[in-house]
Amino acid sequence: MRALDIIWRMAAMVLFSLAFLAAWELLVRFGPSRSSFFIGPIDAFAVIGRRFADGSLFGSIGATIARMLGGWLLASVIGILLGAAIGNSRLVDRLLMPTLEALRPLPASAVIPVAILVFGLNESMSVAVIAFGSMWPVLLNTVHGFRNVPAGLREVAAVLEMGRWRAFWTVSLPSAFVDIFPGLRTGLALALILTVVTEMQASLQGVGYDIFMAQRSYRSADLYAALLVIGAIGFTINQVLLIGERRLFPWLAR
Amino acid sequence: MNSHLISAIVPVSLLSGWELGSAVGAIDETTFSRPSAILRAGAIAAADGSLVTATYQTLEAASLGLFAGTLIGVTLGIFLGLQRLVELASRPTLEMLRAIPAIAFTPLALLIFGFGLTMESTIVAYATCWPVMIATLAATRRIEPRLLEVAATLEMTAIERLWTIIIPAVFGRVVVGLRIAIGFALVVAVTVEILVNPRGLGYALILAQQTFRTDLMYALIVWLAVLGMIAGALSSQLDRLSVPRSS
Repeated sequence: MRALDIIWRMAAMVLFSLAFLAAWELLVRFGPSRSSFFIGPIDAFAVIGRRFADGSLFGSIGATIARMLGGWLLASVIGILLGAAIGNSRLVDRLLMPTLEALRPLPASAVIPVAILVFGLNESMSVAVIAFGSMWPVLLNTVHGFRNVPAGLREVAAVLEMGRWRAFWTVSLPSAFVDIFPGLRTGLALALILTVVTEMQASLQGVGYDIFMAQRSYRSADLYAALLVIGAIGFTINQVLLIGERRLFPWLAR
Repeated sequence: MNSHLISAIVPVSLLSGWELGSAVGAIDETTFSRPSAILRAGAIAAADGSLVTATYQTLEAASLGLFAGTLIGVTLGIFLGLQRLVELASRPTLEMLRAIPAIAFTPLALLIFGFGLTMESTIVAYATCWPVMIATLAATRRIEPRLLEVAATLEMTAIERLWTIIIPAVFGRVVVGLRIAIGFALVVAVTVEILVNPRGLGYALILAQQTFRTDLMYALIVWLAVLGMIAGALSSQLDRLSVPRSS
């Protein structure tokens, strides 16, 4: 029964996706607007197929993913270290939190001009902006996670006379990680957005730059193709992390 | 030591070190203007009205987009919440669309609408409709099925059902989605302005950088942080609004 249920669901999903694509194509072909800026899925997928065949698609996707992961890793390391320090120590909390709270409401893209001044229009600027923007969810979730380590666990660590470091690695960190992981997921979603933004701003190779160039040269089909590719990247990483979350913390599944 | 005093150590020493460092020439003022110069640039921009105009333009696009996005999100959320089968079938399609960062649509919106308010608010609407839709969808699915059965028995029209049952039931949770959307709206509007749209605070910011008005650039950044804080405070107020109804 269960297998049948899944097949039936998959069929419904595939049918809907096909209907969506068909409606989109028909709207573009026979719809009221004859603008050349509206492109149907057939033309868009044709561009993806062509760029897949000549290999140029992989260069763009690779550059975008590498940049995104680089900025996100940097953000995660800084966010977890800072967050662990703040979450474990009242003193560090009082020292740093007000400054961080003042920086946090700043739209991440607003640091782009500063990053351009400091680094120039290059890879470092992009990674710095991505790291700044995607650090906040990791940082805040880490602080929350360390502040909320159950008192019982702390007592166990004390009774077992664990040193500070052992208690940190074997008790606090695993307990806080339940909170940290969703922060990492949100951070990666933000990293993808900022990757696209900085690629457009600094003309760095990648899918975001492909979108920008397609617009500048009025190649609408290329633009739609690049949008679909960005969507596929975002969709895939989110699904992978969701599955990872379910595997790591099966008891949280609702 | 007093906790406020401890909290003041880092910002005060950062700012005074920055000011002093610029005064003795240890910090490059073309990259990091000194705080006093930033303050002066901010005061001048506030006095000559350019800051007010830019702020108005940004907030106009952000709130128009937020409004449209909320309407779309609530409508879609209620519809999908009531139509279980459609919701299930449309999941991959919507997830795929949602995965495209709104900002990535900027070049396309530019081709279709040209520079200006419409293009910017369209992008904001795309970004803000998703959190509202997800919150509304979840809320609609939690409506007590018996309420809808009663509505069917009473032969209520769709509009009556919407006003008397669905909207009151989902209101509290829609507000939670709206809270996230408010944060998105400002960020997305500013980013579109930085990238292409020649209006608002984002454009003023990138223009200040490109014309080497570093002092003005930092003044605008500080102002954006203040606006972000106000938006954050606004959303917490909304949260309070939602508490009594959602329980």
